Amino acid sequence: MMSKQHGIKRYVSIIFLLIVAIIMMFFVSLSTGAIPISPIDVVKTIFQFGTEKQELIVFDFRLPGIVLALLIGAGLAVSGVILQGVTQNDLADPGILGINTGAGLAVVLFIYFFQDTLSMTSTISAFIMPLFALIGAIVAAALIYTLAWKDGVNPIRLILVGIGVNAGFSAALIIFQLKMDPQDFRQATVWLAGDIWSANWGFVLALLPWILILIPYTLHKAHSLNVLNLGDDVAAGLGSKVERERRMLLLLAVAIAGACVAAGGGIAFLGLVVPHIARRIVGPTHQRIIPISTLIGALLLISADVIGKNILAPSEIPVGIVVAILSTPYFVYLLMKTK
Amino acid sequence: MISYINHSRILKLLINGIAIIALLFSIALSVSYGAVEIKLSTVWQAIVSFDPDLSTHQVIQELRLPRAFAAALVGAFLAVSGAIMQGMTRNPLASPSIMGVTDGAAFTLVIMLAFFPGVSNLGLTFASFVGAGIAVVLVFMVGSFSTSGLTPAKLALAGVAIGTMLSSISSVISLHFQLEKDMSFWFAGGLSGTNWTSVYILLITGGAGMLLALIISRSITVLSLGEDVSTGLGQNNLLIKALGIITVLILTGAAVSIAGTVGFVGLIIPHITRFIMGTDYRWIVPSSALLGALLLVLSDVVARLVNAPFETPVGAITSLIGVPFFLYLARGSGGGK
Repeated sequence: MMSKQHGIKRYVSIIFLLIVAIIMMFFVSLSTGAIPISPIDVVKTIFQFGTEKQELIVFDFRLPGIVLALLIGAGLAVSGVILQGVTQNDLADPGILGINTGAGLAVVLFIYFFQDTLSMTSTISAFIMPLFALIGAIVAAALIYTLAWKDGVNPIRLILVGIGVNAGFSAALIIFQLKMDPQDFRQATVWLAGDIWSANWGFVLALLPWILILIPYTLHKAHSLNVLNLGDDVAAGLGSKVERERRMLLLLAVAIAGACVAAGGGIAFLGLVVPHIARRIVGPTHQRIIPISTLIGALLLISADVIGKNILAPSEIPVGIVVAILSTPYFVYLLMKTK
Repeated sequence: MISYINHSRILKLLINGIAIIALLFSIALSVSYGAVEIKLSTVWQAIVSFDPDLSTHQVIQELRLPRAFAAALVGAFLAVSGAIMQGMTRNPLASPSIMGVTDGAAFTLVIMLAFFPGVSNLGLTFASFVGAGIAVVLVFMVGSFSTSGLTPAKLALAGVAIGTMLSSISSVISLHFQLEKDMSFWFAGGLSGTNWTSVYILLITGGAGMLLALIISRSITVLSLGEDVSTGLGQNNLLIKALGIITVLILTGAAVSIAGTVGFVGLIIPHITRFIMGTDYRWIVPSSALLGALLLVLSDVVARLVNAPFETPVGAITSLIGVPFFLYLARGSGGGK
């Protein structure tokens, strides 16, 4: 049995290690790409000593994408933590459940109906899109929850219904996408594949407040997650207003996922895998799972981005696809263990 | 009412007759409708007295007829494939698209297109059999290593996971070899590229699969009552399952190599057919073929109507029809306890 003191020490050192790893990947990511820049030059550029070209590449092209990857990775991971905690379901993930596609459909509808009045790249639309994504995500989540409800929500049924809703939304997405003019179509396709390279600082700024407010708020709610995880009866016995807390937390998860999808497109399975890794490392307490998941999520997505950019260079693979290939084996493993 | 249908041969024949007539009408509709509307009388003339100088006759002979036939065949194959899978596994959610079989076929197709660009159509068809086989093996392996056994829902989830993985790898390959334009429409399922060669390939390969399906249909009926019953009646379950899987691979492979991933046909049609025809697979197999063909021909017409003059992938249309049905099944017997 580990002493509590020892536990805290281990926890702090893991956080430290993760931060170091993220910083390393950050520099790797900044220096690799179509035009390689050596890490020394990257540091120079950050401190304003680089050439004009290097500055352009680092600040305007690479940095926004990398920051966005960090934010989205953190957000989707925390969203997964909440979903898994609230539904007591090891297989829950915003991507698999169809919440991402719901948000995606809302954004595509937004592009489709307002393409004339607002240009996609404008800063205003970067800020409005998360709101649309949020509405879409909430609609999808409500739909899935209602359809899966039958004397309670059984984990497998929830996922199954999620897959169905996902397929329906995807079909609607394709139909609307094909009705768009070619330029919007391309934008929508690239965006839906889970792409973060076309990112600019507008997207980062649009996502930043959501992450900065909602993740600390989730941490604040960690106690509720711990209680809910014990099962409905125990939670009610401990004086928790179970259904109200659950709905509140679900809304939180959906809001974070929606904002991430609006900024980065559909990235599935990240929110599934990260909470499991975090629980393995720090045990079942959500006060620790949430910070660790935030870091692991950020690290995983930035690493997936580096892999996607370099493994088959010069072709660039959307980060969502890299994450899917890395994570589906783990999903299969979990599936085999689930009753 | 339903039980009456179950017992009346004549009524079953009558329903199949109606289905055949409906299918012929839908094919006629599919041929006459398009960017240029063509009168049915002209269609008839193009078939019986073909005049190569008339452009409408050319359009009918070279574009519309093969497309309508291909749609009918693909729909029939997917539906029968689904019926065999459902009967064999007694799993209401079993179907080629949900079990990842179509993604598997697409996976090997992309590999062939990327690494052997000069491959023939027949080679592509063969590749998609292999891919379909890979997916089936993977999905069943996941199922059999699972702690609480092979529940219907788990098999479906395993199919989705394996399918996602294979299709992700396919996208990577197609991105790297710049095949994404060819692949994206094809992934969503489309019939726009079909010609007579496609129809011949479907007829030869899929025809064999259909024959096999009809031959084993009686044994599948027995198997669908349960493995114990089947063993008790002296059936070799392993042999029948092996034949069943081969049938599924041939039918799905042929369909996917021509039309891409068209989802949900193989899921819905067998359920509807069982509802009308009862539990005898000697009836279910041919009726599924007819209804599957009817569904896909009509879906293809809708796919051309929705966004005329542009085409919508027919897979999107069948998904929209299939999803509510899937949800209904997921809530019911397929969704665990």
